[in-house]
Amino acid sequence: MELNVKGHGPAYAYTGGKPFDAALPCVVFIHGALNDHSVWTLLARWCAHHGHSVLAVDQPGHGRSACAPLASVEALADWVLALLGAAGVARAALVGHSMGSLIALEAAARAPERATHLVMMGTAYPMKVSDALLATARDAPMKAIAMVNAFAHAGMAAKPSFPGPGAWLHGADRALMRRMQAGQPEMNLFHHDFSVCDRYTHGIEAAAQVQCPVDLILGARDQMTRPQQTGEIARALKARVTTVDTGHALMAEAPDTVLVALRRALG
Amino acid sequence: MPGHSDPGFDTLALHAGAVPDPATGARAVPIHLTTSFVFDSSEHAASLFNMERSGHVYSRISNPTNAVLEERVAALEGGAGAIATASGQAALHLAISTIAGAGSHIVASSALYGGSHNLLHYTLARFGIETSFVKPGDIAGWRAAIRPNTKLLFGETLGNPGLDVLDIPTVAALAHEHGLPLLVDSTFTTPWLMKPFDHGADLLFHSATKFLSGHGTVIGGVLVDSGQFDWDKSGRFPELTQPYAGFHGMVFSEESTVGAFLLRARREGLRDFGACMSPHTAWLILQGIETLPLRMARHIENTRKVVAFLAAQKMVAAVGYPELESHPSHALAKTLLPRGCGSVFSFDLRGSRAQGIAFIEALKIFSHLANVGDCRSLVIHPASTTHFRMDDAALAQAGITAGTIRLSIGLEDADDLIDDLKRALKAAEKAGA
Repeated sequence: MELNVKGHGPAYAYTGGKPFDAALPCVVFIHGALNDHSVWTLLARWCAHHGHSVLAVDQPGHGRSACAPLASVEALADWVLALLGAAGVARAALVGHSMGSLIALEAAARAPERATHLVMMGTAYPMKVSDALLATARDAPMKAIAMVNAFAHAGMAAKPSFPGPGAWLHGADRALMRRMQAGQPEMNLFHHDFSVCDRYTHGIEAAAQVQCPVDLILGARDQMTRPQQTGEIARALKARVTTVDTGHALMAEAPDTVLVALRRALG
Repeated sequence: MPGHSDPGFDTLALHAGAVPDPATGARAVPIHLTTSFVFDSSEHAASLFNMERSGHVYSRISNPTNAVLEERVAALEGGAGAIATASGQAALHLAISTIAGAGSHIVASSALYGGSHNLLHYTLARFGIETSFVKPGDIAGWRAAIRPNTKLLFGETLGNPGLDVLDIPTVAALAHEHGLPLLVDSTFTTPWLMKPFDHGADLLFHSATKFLSGHGTVIGGVLVDSGQFDWDKSGRFPELTQPYAGFHGMVFSEESTVGAFLLRARREGLRDFGACMSPHTAWLILQGIETLPLRMARHIENTRKVVAFLAAQKMVAAVGYPELESHPSHALAKTLLPRGCGSVFSFDLRGSRAQGIAFIEALKIFSHLANVGDCRSLVIHPASTTHFRMDDAALAQAGITAGTIRLSIGLEDADDLIDDLKRALKAAEKAGA
């Protein structure tokens, strides 16, 4: 559905295949760099058909949200909170993947009373991006997409595949990233998103503000955001940590296992 | 750089889509010959039907063995996913029926496999889908043929029967200029010779019966989506961008930004038309794909030797292979098919229809039959078989002479193939004396 976010304009949120009902407990899904809502569809559909309302957003400048990309995790967190306001949602569970996990963290810190749960998937803090990758993202984004896509998957077969059998995850994720990049012909969205991750330094301070239960769901074989890089933020958040046998693209690589972890997180 | 994280073609041909079976440890892909799959619970069943979870329900829609094949071909092609079908023809039909219906229009190359031509020209016309045929190299013709109700441009990577190389970058750019996808039949080239998605094609299919299987044992097809075509931006495909009453009002392009086409093809096309592949067939095709890189290299090596031999024979009037400078697609072939132009080609024997028959009957290694892409070498004489009802004038109109012979070069010793052809050429010469 389309929402008019104050100060930003129209934004798209996938509602899980059901009309949005603000009266139900809401789950907000926030995607990672150069992705869109479609990385969440199985989890979002499950939630929408099991007692939740769902907003799987397209971040500004991504997919169907045509408004301008925002330059920091903090600005994106404010945008998420404004989007909740536009949807008439007072409180919501904030679920983010990778870059989206930082946005969820920051939103839960900025408005602790509005976050019922915080779930950070495929996360690390700080989420530093190597100089080499940033330079490649800047100078040769298609090459960088190929690099990131290769490192985001733990193997050559993730069953039963996402969103269904017959999908080749490496190819589908590469196509999605290319589509997002092509959607912003006036700028390099890939470099922009990675820079947003790289610049975020407010994680530990934000963690101190979070009041809701926190879950970290991590890919044991994640080469992008390594589980070893989460110790400090997990402690600061007093988070429950669940590790699944995947790489960085955990919602696609192990949708059933991640669903179990998400259900536990949402109580 | 190829490696564990970014595997190369040969590695993908062996591993993509498959892991050792978690239940038994079986290293090879198991054949899941089962119609259906047990649900863990009623809730699990409901969530599978409602696409809240991924998994298998019924083998007409999906099957674990078929899924390995689908993922493997998608990986080799650089696609987002694939669907295995009962035949190459079923793959073509599935591609078209997913985005076209009564009142739709297709622009297709006129250099098509006869079965594809029949489907487009006769059968689909009966269901209200009209096709305009244009010469594959006539770019102005492609452009002029596009109408407001056009849904698709379609051609073969190597056209039939003359091996016209489809100028995929140019035709794809033209298609995209009009908000249309380009579908290509990649059967003759396989991803080892060319990856059409790298050149701008949006959808492709294979008759897996041919080189992918490679052993002349099974009939099958695979339809692959690049995931690169933006159906929403095009605005011409409500089938994918508007709610579908046949599946809970699902908007496929919302459910999957890059997989909308395959979602509808599987959820509607396989469900309703039912042209699915047997898991046993999928397994045999997988066996073939494991050696595809090795076989294709040998197919090309042998073909080049045979082409060179035939081109030097006085009984041979012409050899139609794009690597020869005399072929009209030679320049394009150098750009798009640097690894080779396949192993199926035709040559024209000097002489009568009877001499063509004498040639065929003298061959001992080449098998006389109507197929291509086998590991064994194959031959057919169109004037006495597929086109036998035509007189010489009609043959000429189809680009065929009384002496046209089509070869599919296999994996035998090239010297043995050349000896076989030598003997047959002598027999043909004698028959004309």
